Amino acid sequence: MDRDRIETVSLRWLRRLEIAAFLLVTVFPFYYMLVLSVRPVERLLLDPGALVVGLGELTVATYAEVLRATDDGGQGFLTFIRTSGVVALAATLLTLVVAIPGAYAVSRLRFFGRRQVDFLFLAVYLFPSIVIAIPLFVVFTRAGLRGSLLGLVLVYISQTLPVSVYMLKNYFETIPLSVEESAAIDGAGRLGIIRRISLPLAAPSIMAVALYDFMIAWNEFLFALLFLVDKPHRWTVSLGLAQLADGVEVPKTVLMAGSVILTLPIVFLFFASERLLTEGLTSGAEKG
Amino acid sequence: MTTTTPGTGRSPTRARPASRPRRRPLTLRRRESRAGLALVAPTLLVVIAVIGIPIVWTVVLAFQRVRLATLRRTGLFGEFTLDNIDRVLHTPGFADSLVTTLVYSIGSTAGSIALGLVAALVVRRPFRGRTLVRASMLLPYVAPVVAMTFVWQVMLDPQLGIVNHWGRRLLGWDAPVPFLSQESTALATVIAFEAWRYFPFAFLFLLARLQAVPADLEEAARVDGATPTQRFRHILLPQLMPVIALLGVLRFIMTFNKFDDVYLLTGGAAGTEVVSVRVYQFLTARTDIGAAAAQAVVLAVVLIVFVLIYLRFFARRVP
Repeated sequence: MDRDRIETVSLRWLRRLEIAAFLLVTVFPFYYMLVLSVRPVERLLLDPGALVVGLGELTVATYAEVLRATDDGGQGFLTFIRTSGVVALAATLLTLVVAIPGAYAVSRLRFFGRRQVDFLFLAVYLFPSIVIAIPLFVVFTRAGLRGSLLGLVLVYISQTLPVSVYMLKNYFETIPLSVEESAAIDGAGRLGIIRRISLPLAAPSIMAVALYDFMIAWNEFLFALLFLVDKPHRWTVSLGLAQLADGVEVPKTVLMAGSVILTLPIVFLFFASERLLTEGLTSGAEKG
Repeated sequence: MTTTTPGTGRSPTRARPASRPRRRPLTLRRRESRAGLALVAPTLLVVIAVIGIPIVWTVVLAFQRVRLATLRRTGLFGEFTLDNIDRVLHTPGFADSLVTTLVYSIGSTAGSIALGLVAALVVRRPFRGRTLVRASMLLPYVAPVVAMTFVWQVMLDPQLGIVNHWGRRLLGWDAPVPFLSQESTALATVIAFEAWRYFPFAFLFLLARLQAVPADLEEAARVDGATPTQRFRHILLPQLMPVIALLGVLRFIMTFNKFDDVYLLTGGAAGTEVVSVRVYQFLTARTDIGAAAAQAVVLAVVLIVFVLIYLRFFARRVP
């Protein structure tokens, strides 16, 4: 056997092994979370290594506790879910309204300062949110916006806008100019071109950006913590879960039920739109 | 993706009037410039309002004596002082946390890129269930950080964690390892978490690049007798280098400022206090806004310096 043969055969096996290892490492935590969330905590203490749930010990009491309103002795996650949903949706919609025209202009129209604007968008995308957090904390405290959901939505836009502009811009650039030019020759104005040509063509990509924004806003933790921590009735799911972990005597199984509730919508959205998302995220990546 | 069908010939309903009687018609170019500015203006305004002004303001705050209690009395242009910066640079904890941040960022960046590279190489060629495997590999990246840190905490828990359970059962550990609360393992564990959570990001970009490598390049090398590892070393790797370098900058920048992951995993205990966690503590627990801002500014400056050095170094090696 020559070197080529040995390498080919051993790499083939190594590859199978690695695929299995990656699957295990990425999926197992989710599985573990799910299993723990439906086991009674006493059973977990007795046998922490079990990986399957016996039908006899299956329980949804953990979920009931997490979801029930605080007045009924639960953790009030139903309210948190509604808050998170509203905040994330509002942030997504507002981001798109602002990002679409901006991204179109940067990708298509020659105007004074275009390159600088383009650079600015990239720079702010990379700028640390902890740096932005301090003055926002100060301003919001002064303006009395701390603890208001409107303030949180505004802050979330600062998280979603730069990346949205960047992704949309890359996509608009892939639409052939000639398509727009022929529309212009047919007499369409600039807004007409955008509305009738560019937007329909970019629809899948806009959808991907919207999903991505929604995920960012739904998952966000730092700003929710900074702005809402004194207002328990306005907590988002992320914040509510983090506070739950700090609480006394909350069993790990209940914590895992909360984690499942936080994760499930995102995993669902992700698998429903996986193709769209991966293509949207990497479009333009091959430019290096 | 979408088929591009040029204007279907239907005349647009809202055509502009062909000529305007009194004013000189704008040239196409000027009209385009105006449209561009008009369209980009809202985006620009929002970016400046929610990001630009805060950044500038942080710098201003870093040079002021501001506490949450005195906030209402301090104006935007009150007295300036170098006190905060001086204090921050001379507190022993700060240098340590800067070093921790650095180790954490470099370790996580390298780890996530290495994992992402291996992942991209193994799912590069089609096999049964590839789509599903690829999608699963992205899960750590899209899932909420709070839930993921909690799962890791529970998995690594000394009493009920599965890792310690099987570690003692199968690997013969004498005592449970408190991964996240002892100095010797905490930082490494946090880095491992970070590499696990962000390798999908590197994976996506590397996979996209790998699939754009022309097949005949590799074919030619195979005909010339290059073995698989040689083909990787001399054909694929040079093609991937620019993406790896870019990922290096991006991930480094993003990890350098990361707050959530460390805060949620360890709260900054056991030698994992990165600067952003420290900033948060100054901001909330000590309500010392000036000192918090000063640390954030130092953090940003260090980051910019590192990125510039990297770019200089990198720009020379890869034209």
